[in-house]
Amino acid sequence: MTRYILQRLALLPLLMVIYSFVIFVIIQAPPGDFLTAYVATLASSGSSISQEQIEAWRAQYGLDQPMVVQYFLWVQHLVQGNFGLSLEYQRPNADLIGEQIGLTLALALFSFFLTWAIAIPAGIYSATHPRSIGDHILTVINYIGVATPNFMLALILMWVAFAYFDLSVTGLYSPEYADAPWSWGKLWDLLAHLWLPALVLGIAGTARLSRIMRANLLDELNKPYVVTARAKGMKEWRLVLRYPVRLAFNPLISTIGWYLPMLFSGSLIVATVMNLPNIGPLLLRALVNQDMYLAGGILLIYSFLTIVGTLLSDILLALVDPRIRVAG
Amino acid sequence: MSAAAQPLLSVRDLRVSFALDEGLVRAVDGTSFDVMPGQVLGVVGESGCGKSVTMRAILQLIERPGRITKGEIHFRRDSGVVDLAQLPPRGAEMRDIRGGEIALIPQEPMAAFSPVHTVGDQIVEAILLHSHRWQPDRKLGRREARDITVGLFRDVGISMPEQRIDTYSWQLSGGLRQRAMIAMALSCKPRLLIADEPTTAIDVTTQAQVLALLRDLQARYNTAIIFITHDLGVIAQMASYVVVMYLGRVMEEGPVDDIFHAPKHPYTRALLRSIPSLYGQTRVALPVISGALPHPFNRPPGCPFHPRCPDVMPRCSAEVPRLMPVGASQLASCFLHHEEAEQP
Repeated sequence: MTRYILQRLALLPLLMVIYSFVIFVIIQAPPGDFLTAYVATLASSGSSISQEQIEAWRAQYGLDQPMVVQYFLWVQHLVQGNFGLSLEYQRPNADLIGEQIGLTLALALFSFFLTWAIAIPAGIYSATHPRSIGDHILTVINYIGVATPNFMLALILMWVAFAYFDLSVTGLYSPEYADAPWSWGKLWDLLAHLWLPALVLGIAGTARLSRIMRANLLDELNKPYVVTARAKGMKEWRLVLRYPVRLAFNPLISTIGWYLPMLFSGSLIVATVMNLPNIGPLLLRALVNQDMYLAGGILLIYSFLTIVGTLLSDILLALVDPRIRVAG
Repeated sequence: MSAAAQPLLSVRDLRVSFALDEGLVRAVDGTSFDVMPGQVLGVVGESGCGKSVTMRAILQLIERPGRITKGEIHFRRDSGVVDLAQLPPRGAEMRDIRGGEIALIPQEPMAAFSPVHTVGDQIVEAILLHSHRWQPDRKLGRREARDITVGLFRDVGISMPEQRIDTYSWQLSGGLRQRAMIAMALSCKPRLLIADEPTTAIDVTTQAQVLALLRDLQARYNTAIIFITHDLGVIAQMASYVVVMYLGRVMEEGPVDDIFHAPKHPYTRALLRSIPSLYGQTRVALPVISGALPHPFNRPPGCPFHPRCPDVMPRCSAEVPRLMPVGASQLASCFLHHEEAEQP
């Protein structure tokens, strides 16, 4: 078990090196750089900037160096915890990301728990009552959930909330708390606003997860060990939870790895539509404006989350499934 | 009549059907037999003849779309005789009997244990569920149940029981796995053990050991066993009384010697003819039962065996022969031996 975890931990730095290189290539890929985009913006608004100033900036940000040199400079700074300066905001990227990452994480985790808390019981109910009315209703809801794009759902909910209940559900705080310092009232206000975006973000995942849980559990319910447990005289709901649910659950654990970063990046469009103070819109802006070090920093955090998520789900899976723990 | 002469389990005219989309399958169609206390009853028949379904019906483990449609299953408890067919399958009394008084040894020990729980854990659970069978006046603790399990492992011949108790089923060999399963079945001192082809999935040498173990345990605890198999050789070794089933009906039953030496029903005779003999000619095709097992949706009318029967008479396709005494100790359902038909 320890060996298994150590092996995977040892892979982590290697993966980060590969990811960082790929990310750097990607953020470098669009033609031109931040300065050309910046000059174009200035030109379109009628003002201009001297060629010397541009050259000075180019030298300052290392934009005149070959790509490989730029990459190593970037990595060198990253290792020192320096995410670079945002060319657009003229502020350290670490600060910009740091301001957003807390809420982004809170939203993603909240959405994640909401998803599991709804999907797993729904899947268990559907599998243990197959083809009942309840199962059919859940199936229809699930199909709608999978088929509706979440930004569409966000728009509809916002419109319904505004048109019929006179509520503004955009943003994460009510206006009176927006700039207030942290207090219980503000936390409560945050939670009251959080559930709707969390639901919107999680709805497709919930529907998918509950279908997978249903299918897995239906398979497991026919296994001989379930008959053995029944033949012992166990209560039906207890044996279902203890044996087949446990086994049906295992494959889902390995989905945590990619589900977390998916929530993170999936929040991009929803966060833009719902005007959430989130890392998604920040990334979108950075990409549009070729604010490459900011975009690179955010993408690097996404990659890190993916790797850590996968590592976490590997460890969790080993903890709950002795077949992996002992053999691994 | 003395208590010993009263049956422990008495199945009367049991019928189980499965309502599938394609139609109704009558898997068990009027089966009757008795099990005496401490008796080893062999149930023999081809695959799909309703052996396993009958046993599941006794434990009320028939799953949808299957259903017990008719019949009685009288089981003698300390508190008196109950009709298991009338008990709610998930009710407290049925769960008390299941595992406590009637235990099951399933066919595939590999699949019958959960792979993510240790074997010991699963046996301890069974003991705790029926802890009154070990301690009538108080609940057993987990520690005590574990000690009992170690003892059971020793009883069924598992070496190093203290270590083996914490292994997973997939870490054990096939023979050990089946021994652990037997330990689980015995864990609550049942009166009746249903062994559903317990040796089919394991190799022949291990099979012999498991059979010897079951015989030994049966002699020690005087547990009644219903032993289901399609292997007549195993029946001859294990059972004192044999029930021969075909398409959900009992064709013939009687003491093991009579069934093997003086079979009455043409089906039993055909089955016995198809056993390879050590003294037979080599390189000669074994006699087989002509024809094929009918499709379950296409049950023949009258006696279910008549399309394949060598002694078929006109009457056989019209009426169903009753299970009636023929000779001193045997019963057969065949018009060759009596005239009685089932009431339509």
